[in-house]
This record gives sequence, C-alpha cells and structure tokens, in this order.
Amino acid sequence: MAKQNMVIYLIAGWSGYFVMALELLGGRSLAPFFGTGIYVWGAIITLFMLSLSIGYLLGGHFSAYRPTLRKLSTILGLATIAAIPCAAGSNFILEQVFEAVSDPRYGALLASILLFFLPITISGAISPYAIRLLVDGLGSSGQVAGRVFFVSTFGSTAGTLLTSFYLVLIFELDQLFYGMMAISFACSLIGLLTGGTLREQASEC
Amino acid sequence: MSVSKYVLFALWCCLLPATASAVEIHHEKSLYRNVLVYEENGLRCMKFGRHDSGRQTCISLSDPDALVFNPPKMLLGALYLKPKPERVLVIGLGGGTVAVTLNKMYPTIQIDCVEIDPAVVRVAQLFFNFAPNKNIHVSTEDGRVFVKRLLLQNRKYDLVVLDAFDNISVPEHMTTREFLLEIRGLLKPDGVLAANTFSSGRLHDSESATYAAVFGTFYNLQKNNRVLLTKLDGLPDRRQVEIHAQQVENQLRPFSTGKDWLLPLFATDVQWPPHTRLLTDQYSPANLLNGL
Repeated sequence: MAKQNMVIYLIAGWSGYFVMALELLGGRSLAPFFGTGIYVWGAIITLFMLSLSIGYLLGGHFSAYRPTLRKLSTILGLATIAAIPCAAGSNFILEQVFEAVSDPRYGALLASILLFFLPITISGAISPYAIRLLVDGLGSSGQVAGRVFFVSTFGSTAGTLLTSFYLVLIFELDQLFYGMMAISFACSLIGLLTGGTLREQASEC
Repeated sequence: MSVSKYVLFALWCCLLPATASAVEIHHEKSLYRNVLVYEENGLRCMKFGRHDSGRQTCISLSDPDALVFNPPKMLLGALYLKPKPERVLVIGLGGGTVAVTLNKMYPTIQIDCVEIDPAVVRVAQLFFNFAPNKNIHVSTEDGRVFVKRLLLQNRKYDLVVLDAFDNISVPEHMTTREFLLEIRGLLKPDGVLAANTFSSGRLHDSESATYAAVFGTFYNLQKNNRVLLTKLDGLPDRRQVEIHAQQVENQLRPFSTGKDWLLPLFATDVQWPPHTRLLTDQYSPANLLNGL
C-alpha cells in the first residue's frame, strides 16, 4: 500500500511538472508564428486554465467508478500520447493555423487549442483521481487533498524553474518534449506494474 | 581637506547625476515597457525604463537631422553595400530615426516599418519627427509575424533593417536561423540586411555563427552595440565599399555622419569558437546566453 501511495504521489507530482513545462515550451513553439506578445501568453494561459478546469471535473467524475492505480497510470499514458503532436506535428499545425487565421491573437488561441487541449485536459484529471485513490476515510480527505496539491504544485514549480532557467540552455525544444514524454511513459509504466488488486478490492467495498 | 570636507565632496559626487539637467517631458506605460522621453544637454531621448542602458534613441534639439546616436549611423553603413535602395523594411521603429533619415535622403523610396509597441509609434510621432506619409508606412505588429505575412505576399526588399533589440532584452524568436532565412526570402537578389544587436559573451558567438550560416560573410561594426551588414549576392570588397561611401557622402553629410566615421568601423575579422551552437527555433536561449 505504501509503495502504491508513493507511485500515486509520483504520478501527481510528475503530472504537475509536465503541465507547466508544456506551457512554457508551448510559448516557445508559438513564438515564430504568433510572436511573444502578451496576447500569445494570454492565449496559452487561457487554454491551459480551461483545459485543467475541465480535466478536474472529468477526473473527479471518473474517480467515482472503481478507481485503481492502473487506471490512473493509463490516464497519464493517454495524456502523453495526446501530447505527441506538440513534438511531432507542431510545425505543420502552426503553419496551417498561421495561414488560416490572420489575427495573431486568435491564431495563437486556435493553435493552443489544437496542440494542448487534449494533453492538458487529460492531465487535469490526474489530481482529483489521485486524491480519490489516496483517501481511505472522510476524516483524512482534507489532509490527502492538501498533500496531493502540494506534490502536484511542487512538481509544477520544478517544471517551470528547471525548464526556463537551465534545460533550454542545453536541449532543443523537441528533445525536451520527447524527454518529458519518455519520463511520462516511464511513470505510467511504473504505475501499471505496481497497480495491484488490493486497491481495486478496497475501492469496490 | 578635513574629514567633513571629504564627506561633503563625496555627497556632492553622489548627488551630481541626480541633479543633472535631465527634464522628463513624457512618460507612458505600454504593454511591453515604460517609455520615457526626456531632454538633457540639448538632446531629446527616448528610453525604456529608468536605467540609462535602456536609452533607445536621441535627437538634437538644435539640429533634428543630425544623428547623435551610434546605432542609426552604423545602420546607414548599409548604403555602402547598396547605395540607393528602392524598397526598405525597418523592423523595430524606436524613434523612427533610420526611416526618417532614409526618407530625407531619398524621398521617393518606399519604407515599410513594423513596431510591436503602439506606444513607441505614438512617441516617435509626437516627439521624434517620425511622420508616416505616402512613402513611409508603419504597422503595429510583432516583427517575426509581420515578416511571415510579407513572405506570403511575396514582397521583396532592397534593404532590411533589423533594429528590434536592445541591451535589456532580446526577442529570442528574432535571433534564429529560421528567422534569418525568412529575412533572406524577403531580400531581392542583391538585397542587404543591416542588423543592430547588443550581444556579448556566448550570444555574440552564437549570433555570429548563425548569421554566417545563413548569409556567409558579413561586415561587423562594433561600438557599444554591434551592427552586422551582409548582402545576398556576396559581400562587396573593401574597395567597392569605399567607392559606394564616396557616392553617398554628400547625401549623408547633413546627418552628421560619413565615411570618415563609418569606414574605420567596417571589419570582417570576427572570430567565434568552432562548433559554436547556432540559434534556431529549437534552441534560442538568447537572453540567457547574453553575457555568459
């Protein structure tokens, strides 16, 4: 159980890192097509906030149906797959949007939707789902939620700082995207391997 | 001198810059920075923020045509590579000095300007004699986005002036190989690029390597700022540069610059370490590299 809980926190923390790093690198991806003006960051932040809010709702909803660590790991895996276009097809998508939308504000918003809506919405589902997995009694729910928020937000802090201060000095944009996706898959795999029947049984009770 | 006199003298020295004759005549906050216009020692200057290093441009109040700031004078060195450009693109307006000067030198040439900050356009018009007319157009947009749109329209220029940088911040998406390739796509076969930058340290090396990768050789004019001059159909040699300098000397003279000041700055012996990493859309930490 303790091992599984550690993995749940690991997934929540990594997901926080993944979301913020993706947001920062998203700004980089959009810059050649839509600039770096305040409206570009406005578009990206709007989309990330919207996606996360929908993700929270969905994560909370799905957590009511026999939650397991394996399902949580699958959510992380799906978020990673959904992020593949950020690395593999971003230039094609951005070029199409640039040619179709002349106003860079709406171009940046549409490009953000196409690139980031799915991975960030799915990532948003992780925290509420993780809370449900970790809560074993109503009395501890606030404490567990606090811990998950801490781990997830601390992950976001690390993702922001490491990416913007150091990693962009060393790696190319696509290397960072692919590197993060590899770590995401690794976390997802660890979750799938350690996700046991105990949790399933407990949640069915 | 007694100790108290030393103290008084030290205090006087500290107060000296604060009591200088700078008079603020305009100040406005834009989406991007604080734009300050002030007058001092017969000059009117625009700067971004309070720090002196944020100074963008200055004009002389007694002789508004005179170029008193190094960057525009150095950028006009582009005329030594191609004396009379017919279509010019200026990316980054500042006080509009380059556009205004070129318009006065050659009233019939077409000049397109792009500036991201509407406040800078407003201040240039109100305080720096920048006046759009049938031959000078100004657009308020991000420079890279504007360049991409011009490419779609298949526009071509004799001269592109890239003056979007200062020593406080570098728009990183306008330092990359891909951006320079886009600029290359806007130039006529014998077109010229003049870029004003403030790079130092590792950024200086990466910038040099990136310009060389896209344009080959370039002239490097170095003061506190740096101006890179390059030509698409090959860099003219020193003799040709001197011939062109002679041709435009009379037109440049009213603007307080000329070959005696500019020609000694023309250098090609820029060095950078082998295997210096190019700046690309994938790797462009220009602000972090600056000064490293």
